[in-house]
Amino acid sequence: MSLLQSLKARDRVFDFMAPDASPVDVRHGPILYMEDVTVSFDGFKAINNLNLTIDDGELRCIIGPNGAGKTTMMDIITGKTRPTEGSVWFGSRHNLLHMNEPEIASLGIGRKFQKPTVFEALSVFENLELAMATDKRILPTLTARMTGEIKDRIDEVLQTIGLVPLRYQPAGILSHGQKQWLEIGMLLMQRPRLLLVDEPVAGMTEQEMERTAELLTGLAGKQSVVVVEHDMGFVRSIARKVTVLHQGSVLAEGSMDQVSSDPNVVEVYLGADDEEAA
Amino acid sequence: MRRFLSLAMLCCLLLGVTLTAQAQTNTANSSPNDTAALALLDALDVDSYRDKGEAITAILQSDDERARDWLQALLDGRLQRADDGQFVVVLDNSGREWPVADALTNEPLGEMSRRDLDRVGINNALRNQLRSAIAVVDLYSPNLERRRTSAARLLGEVDSELVEPINELILEEDDSQVRTRLSQAVAIYRAEQGEMAGVEALTGSLHPRARVALNRAANGDDPVVADAARAALVSVEQNLKINRGVETLYFGLSLGSVLVLAAIGLAITFGVMGVINMAHGELMMLGAYTTWMMQQLLPGQPGLALVLSIPAGFLVAALVGVAIERSVIQFLKGRPLETLLATFGISLILQQLVRTGISPLNRTVITPEWMSGSLVINDALSLTINRMVVLIFALVVFAALMLIMRRTRLGLEVRAVTQNRAMARSMGIRATRVDIMTFALGSGVAGLAGVALSQLTNVGPNLGQNYIIDSFMVVVFGGVGNLWGTLVAGLSLGVINQVLEPWAGAVLAKIIVLVFIILFIQKRPRGLFPQKGRAAEG
Amino acid sequence: MMTRSFSKPSLSTTPSPSSQFWLTRPFGERATQIFLGVLLAALLLVTVLHTVVPQGSPLHVNAYTVNLFGKYLSYALLAVAVDLVWGYLGILSLGHGAFFAIGGYAMGMYLMRQIGDRGTYGHPELPDFMVFLSWDSLPWYWQGFDMAWFSFAMVLLAPGLLALVFGFLAFRSRVTGVYLSIITQALTFALMLAFFRNEMGFGGNNGLTDFREILGFNLRSNDTRLGLFLATGVALALSYILCRAIVSSKLGRVCVATRDAEARTRFIGYRVERFQLFVFVVSAMIAGLAGALYVPQVGIINPSEFSPLFSIEIVLWVALGGRATLYGAVIGAILVNYAKTIFTGVMPDAWLFALGAMFVLVTVFLPKGVAGLLRKRRRAATSDSAGTQEAIV
Repeated sequence: MSLLQSLKARDRVFDFMAPDASPVDVRHGPILYMEDVTVSFDGFKAINNLNLTIDDGELRCIIGPNGAGKTTMMDIITGKTRPTEGSVWFGSRHNLLHMNEPEIASLGIGRKFQKPTVFEALSVFENLELAMATDKRILPTLTARMTGEIKDRIDEVLQTIGLVPLRYQPAGILSHGQKQWLEIGMLLMQRPRLLLVDEPVAGMTEQEMERTAELLTGLAGKQSVVVVEHDMGFVRSIARKVTVLHQGSVLAEGSMDQVSSDPNVVEVYLGADDEEAA
Repeated sequence: MRRFLSLAMLCCLLLGVTLTAQAQTNTANSSPNDTAALALLDALDVDSYRDKGEAITAILQSDDERARDWLQALLDGRLQRADDGQFVVVLDNSGREWPVADALTNEPLGEMSRRDLDRVGINNALRNQLRSAIAVVDLYSPNLERRRTSAARLLGEVDSELVEPINELILEEDDSQVRTRLSQAVAIYRAEQGEMAGVEALTGSLHPRARVALNRAANGDDPVVADAARAALVSVEQNLKINRGVETLYFGLSLGSVLVLAAIGLAITFGVMGVINMAHGELMMLGAYTTWMMQQLLPGQPGLALVLSIPAGFLVAALVGVAIERSVIQFLKGRPLETLLATFGISLILQQLVRTGISPLNRTVITPEWMSGSLVINDALSLTINRMVVLIFALVVFAALMLIMRRTRLGLEVRAVTQNRAMARSMGIRATRVDIMTFALGSGVAGLAGVALSQLTNVGPNLGQNYIIDSFMVVVFGGVGNLWGTLVAGLSLGVINQVLEPWAGAVLAKIIVLVFIILFIQKRPRGLFPQKGRAAEG
Repeated sequence: MMTRSFSKPSLSTTPSPSSQFWLTRPFGERATQIFLGVLLAALLLVTVLHTVVPQGSPLHVNAYTVNLFGKYLSYALLAVAVDLVWGYLGILSLGHGAFFAIGGYAMGMYLMRQIGDRGTYGHPELPDFMVFLSWDSLPWYWQGFDMAWFSFAMVLLAPGLLALVFGFLAFRSRVTGVYLSIITQALTFALMLAFFRNEMGFGGNNGLTDFREILGFNLRSNDTRLGLFLATGVALALSYILCRAIVSSKLGRVCVATRDAEARTRFIGYRVERFQLFVFVVSAMIAGLAGALYVPQVGIINPSEFSPLFSIEIVLWVALGGRATLYGAVIGAILVNYAKTIFTGVMPDAWLFALGAMFVLVTVFLPKGVAGLLRKRRRAATSDSAGTQEAIV
């Protein structure tokens, strides 16, 4: 489109101002590649030569003892931490190491933190509104108005996460489990291609855990979901494919049964159990 | 005997009067002769300054033991005549009533009112004459200090007639320092006369008078001498530059040591509790006032008072610090910005308390003798001792804190809480107790900083305010939770400030440093020595 | 951590984001309606009491008092600016006095140029202090201040530009929290030192003073004073509406989100530093406007307005009035400054004690300020009436 034409087209932003929202290229299969990634903090290697591939639409669980580098791995994918070595690609077009956090987020990678962080002073509805995938620059945000379309989208997500009755409540009064769901809801508002979920069921009751399992399995297929979790029962209930991290690199990968019979994994976990017992 | 002879000769030359036979006969007279002495003094009490000059010469030639004291008293305006005609020396003319002593017998005569006394007046010409005369008399004094001072005073004051006697004195003098000074004095004279020997002798000398002499020689008629003088000047300039550099560095380190003292307590509390204590400056002020108070309690013993103020200042500030922590800060856990505001309020209250309770004016804290004066390295460089002491004190405090942090249980707990409060707590560390202890420690160090500052600046209610922003800058620059960072940041900020000052002026230097820090945290938001890894992300 | 108390769910429902145009949105809010109503009533009342009521009457408001009220209103405007960044963005600026003072200096430069050749030295162009320092021409940055439009534009642009540069540097490197507060304090301190220098060309220690007229009106006449008071009131109303519009827009919610969980906001795709910068600049401009309205009313601007103490005092006004309400900032500014007028008149020594005590008491016992008290009372009243209604039904 020529500049003149683009200037005339009042209903859309100019090409040169539009954010680079080119679709993620997953024709070659995987949505996320991590290759030979290493991160060291003052010589301590939190991630050591890690290789990981996530397919489009996959639900993957990542387990591993404390200090295995799970959170650091998520930090790398979301741009919070820069690896010392290695490469990270989103689809086959986007090099995540060349992008900052908001760029990565707008590309379609959503992250749920270990500790639920929602905006406590804002209502549930507003939390979802802010998370929605729209033009997130200053002026559009300042002049943004509520439309029926946006409302419908928010209502839809409210349904999914089961918080319809609490929509106008400040998020601060939600229970722990409700906050976790709200956070997942906020991720859904971004229409992410890849969801990173860090310990979604920590501190949840049995019922809440069940609902969360339903929620996550329901999402897979539409989105790729990576779940980091300690709770083996929960992992078993949702996982199709499991990756075991240990000391910053992949120790085993496969179905839950395969993994749990792997002697290396058993040793690592038994060792960890010993430590915990001591 | 030979000494006396040359002394008399010297005096006559200096004062431009001919040596008389009478003086020679008088040289042997060493027993006090009060009538003669009275006559000498009487001669001073005349109207004509010319006659007074001759009377001074007469006193010099009299070889009376008290001559120097009289001359000195005359120079200081302390030689006075009482109503009854008796000559007295005023011992202390600062109060209303002056203690006096008999000029002839040196016996104290109690106090006298200034109205009953009449000063023997002098003019500027006489003053100069007196100074030179005293300097020359002092060259013969058995007191080494006196000889040194007077030799230093002769630089640039030597004229043709003095050269010979001084050369003789050099041969006789035992002290090498006096000898060097005297030969320098002669060399300056020679260089000014355009003599090669003088120029050669002055090469490498840093004294300003030597430079004047070399400059004159460089403009002299003899091209060879002028060249040599110019070469000597170049090396002198270079030497001076180095010395100035050392001096700037010294002042910078001194300022830096004050900043380190002021900032290090702040760094500890900020690192451990994430709390900015805006009243930190006022805790320093309390330390300084403690020193003042100690000196009021122990009059006449400023040194002892100062030493005692070190623990006292620490205690006072630490107690006030704990009071602040218990009464306000503990209720503001996790709200660092509110803590900042509340402690600012406390700082206002403390300042105003001092203003109304003691005085809004500055108090004088006496510098004990062993801390005053300066260490003379060479003619261009002397380092003031009080700054040296404060610098050493700062390093000692730093080392002590380092030891506490590294070697004690408290230090271990403090470091644990700094890194991860929740984790430390769950491991059984009583975080509240650690908070109190760190706050006490940080505040106590502020008190120590105040004690040190009392030796460098005015002690007043605003003392703390002047340092608070600077010490924050040090903490920001150095990085939180790292004592080495504070040390390096404090010292380097001090040096940067001093280096910039002659070039940009004091105010602009300060502004440049502030702008520099604002730009610096662009590159390193967590300071010079940031904490790394997960803990720092919190 | 501070515990947040929320009332019964059925009673407190935050209104949903509205579909209105963002600038007119505040007019639909009850708090804004009340605020504007009270402000307009106050402006009218003072005008009537000053002009209509005869001078001998006890109800008459004299020119001095009008002037004092005008000063309070410009402080209130400054407090609104601080509340915008502190209350909604969580940035505790200890340097807003700098923006206030720069706006004031821009206005002061205009007023200086208006003196023309009527100064003590009678120079047609140079202000007295420049003649005194034997400067022979105007420095370049004084050019253009003889024109009202240019000066009034600079009132907004100069502080805005400073905020833009400073904010850009600070927010880009993610300096937040206590660090940012300290740096802002250092900023205003550095500016104070700079403005004290005669070489800066802003009158050094004495600042700019001896103003005569503004836009042709004599500054010493009572009518001009009333006019300035009203202008300040109108500026306060307009700025208040603008700030309300910002905080009730989606951008305002992004600000609150940033305040409470900055990392999270970044992760859902907002360029947090740009939002911070935007609001910071707007706030600095409002502060500059406040300074510009303040200067003609007090007749002087000098470097003491840059002092860190003044900037931190503004924060107290906001804290006392109640953060993140905007109207609380106005209440706080007026209360504290009224108290200051009273105290410094009756027992000047006690003022700093009172100020210090206020800092401590407000932060420890009144974290939500006067506005918090008001709201609590109103909430109690509504829940009471709701209770009685239920009983009747």
